[in-house]
Amino acid sequence: MSLELRDIVVEYRGAHNSMVRAVNGVSLTVEPGKVVGLVGESGCGKSSLARVASGLIKASKGSVLFDGEPVAPLSWQRRPRRELGLQMVFQNPYSSLNPRRRIDAQLLDGVPADVPRRSRRSYVLEQLDRVGVAPDVAGRFPHQFSGGQLQRIAIARALVTRPSVLIADEPVTALDASSQVHVVNTLTQLVRDLDVGMLFISHDLALVRHIADTTAVMYLGKLAETAPTAQLWSQPGHPYTSSLIAAIPQVKAGAGLPVALAGEVPDPANVPTGCAFRPRCPHASDECTREPELWPHRAGRSACWLIHPGTEIPVRPAQPVA
Amino acid sequence: MGELLSMSGVGVSLPGLHRPVDVLKDVTLDVDPGEIVGIAGESGSGKSMTGRALLGLLPDGARVRGSIVFEGTDLAAGSGKAFRKVRGRRIAMVFQDSTAALHPMLTVGTQLTEHMRRHLGLGRRDANARAVQLMEQVRIPDPARALRSYPHQFSGGMRQRIAIAIALAAEPALLIADEPTTALDVTVQAGILRLFDRLVREMDLSIMFITHDLGVLAALANRTYVFYAGRVMETGPTEELLLRAQHPYTGALLSARPETADTGGEPVPLRPIPGQPATAASSPPGCPFHPRCPDRVAVCDQVTPPLVQVSATRVGTREAAHAAACHVHAPAAPVPVAVPAHREGAP
Repeated sequence: MSLELRDIVVEYRGAHNSMVRAVNGVSLTVEPGKVVGLVGESGCGKSSLARVASGLIKASKGSVLFDGEPVAPLSWQRRPRRELGLQMVFQNPYSSLNPRRRIDAQLLDGVPADVPRRSRRSYVLEQLDRVGVAPDVAGRFPHQFSGGQLQRIAIARALVTRPSVLIADEPVTALDASSQVHVVNTLTQLVRDLDVGMLFISHDLALVRHIADTTAVMYLGKLAETAPTAQLWSQPGHPYTSSLIAAIPQVKAGAGLPVALAGEVPDPANVPTGCAFRPRCPHASDECTREPELWPHRAGRSACWLIHPGTEIPVRPAQPVA
Repeated sequence: MGELLSMSGVGVSLPGLHRPVDVLKDVTLDVDPGEIVGIAGESGSGKSMTGRALLGLLPDGARVRGSIVFEGTDLAAGSGKAFRKVRGRRIAMVFQDSTAALHPMLTVGTQLTEHMRRHLGLGRRDANARAVQLMEQVRIPDPARALRSYPHQFSGGMRQRIAIAIALAAEPALLIADEPTTALDVTVQAGILRLFDRLVREMDLSIMFITHDLGVLAALANRTYVFYAGRVMETGPTEELLLRAQHPYTGALLSARPETADTGGEPVPLRPIPGQPATAASSPPGCPFHPRCPDRVAVCDQVTPPLVQVSATRVGTREAAHAAACHVHAPAAPVPVAVPAHREGAP
């Protein structure tokens, strides 16, 4: 079962009755057993997209299809059984788990009805075991765990419903380096073992490189580029992708300072015309006043005039900015 | 011994529920003028406590042992008066959360000039002129207008630049930056790192840069200290320390880090550090890292290893030692330790 996002638009009401377009026509597909990484700076709309994908908010336009059927946004009504296959893991496990209920009780809530009463508990313990949490601590409260363990418990809770697609919104951002790796490895293992599809949202491009089969780069509500992860790193098809990669500090001989990008992310309420990246782009030219589309670029797609057949833009190397 | 700052044998304990809790143990650290010194560690390692101890900003009831000599004065001796004299003036601080560090209801100009009038005794006109200059120095566009604006009118990166300008207003000799780029996007972080680098070259300034990200230190710091459970585990010139890490903990941190080099090939799989991180309060006897260490030998859970020099490199005008606190990889001379079999013959 796959998750398909089609031309999603998310608008919020801004100051003075203006409309802010947080997501502006994004399409993505998450296939079973595959990880799609979604990266971008804060304010690019990646979390809004995650909320739409999981049905937490309603898209202003466009549709979310889960297994070919539209996903209805959450309401007071119980979610249709079919949609339980779509689960979410949030950034902060301290707030996504109930502090006043024991872990096993919280996980028991989600056990599918077809699991017989006698084996419900062992079913829950099995899920905890899968994420590396020992069964003898299942009766504890959330505050008795570390952040990394809690996040793995939150993943186990999502697994209890036998999901076919997981949406993980910055699941390791709040964690220390050592627990980060545990959680990332746990998630990757699950995807491979259980054939679950995953939309992994992060601002950390280096981390996404380690787990995503496909990486989608978002800028100001639109996809700038989407490509197989290895290609995105070796032959980025969008100057924004290159800038993101160049800005990551590296541990290597003579690393030097990372390259900064000129300017700041523009206000989403006042997006530049044409290519939204134009004011910060080292390659910007007259072409860029027209809006680019997601054109095919090798095995992926990129929304940049540079890769559009027929345009000739002199390529200038990125200039470091102090 | 650092010419600007020299901490030696510094221990800090905080009042706990039943007994005092040690958060820093025997920390010896120095900073030279014009140097960027990195402090790396996970949460609970004591890296932020080190910065706070330098400012005398420890929680109530904290006890400090050892000496903190800054510009020739031992700050830790006496009643805290010495801290008040240097805090904000000779030693300034930039925090992770710039939103919390700035007053939301005062203009940037007010916050910037108040500081200068208090610490430098400048008049209104002089303070304003200097404020404009500072804003230019931290690359805030349109300084005059920025000074009339409120913090919420700026982005996170710009707010951090303003916080840096305020910290620099009294012309401190040492700037303590505690995770100043952690909350920022990488592209914005890169700009702030470049700013720090430029400030050290342009001004008479040293920076103590506290972070969990070794990559940031690789780019910025001349020397680095790696903290674990309130102790210094390894120190040395940053490049030497990261490329030839001696302590298994530094090695573990590096292999848990998503690497970005060698684009094109398959990324190296991330290796988690087994076990739970120890904090200074909960650290086991002997080497605090021993329960998680792949190279541990018999003595590791009994004797706390001292920092032992493994090599010395020239950094700028000084000889900088690469030292590690490890029985196996940096043994102190009189205690011979058998190298575990699986490491023999390893490069």
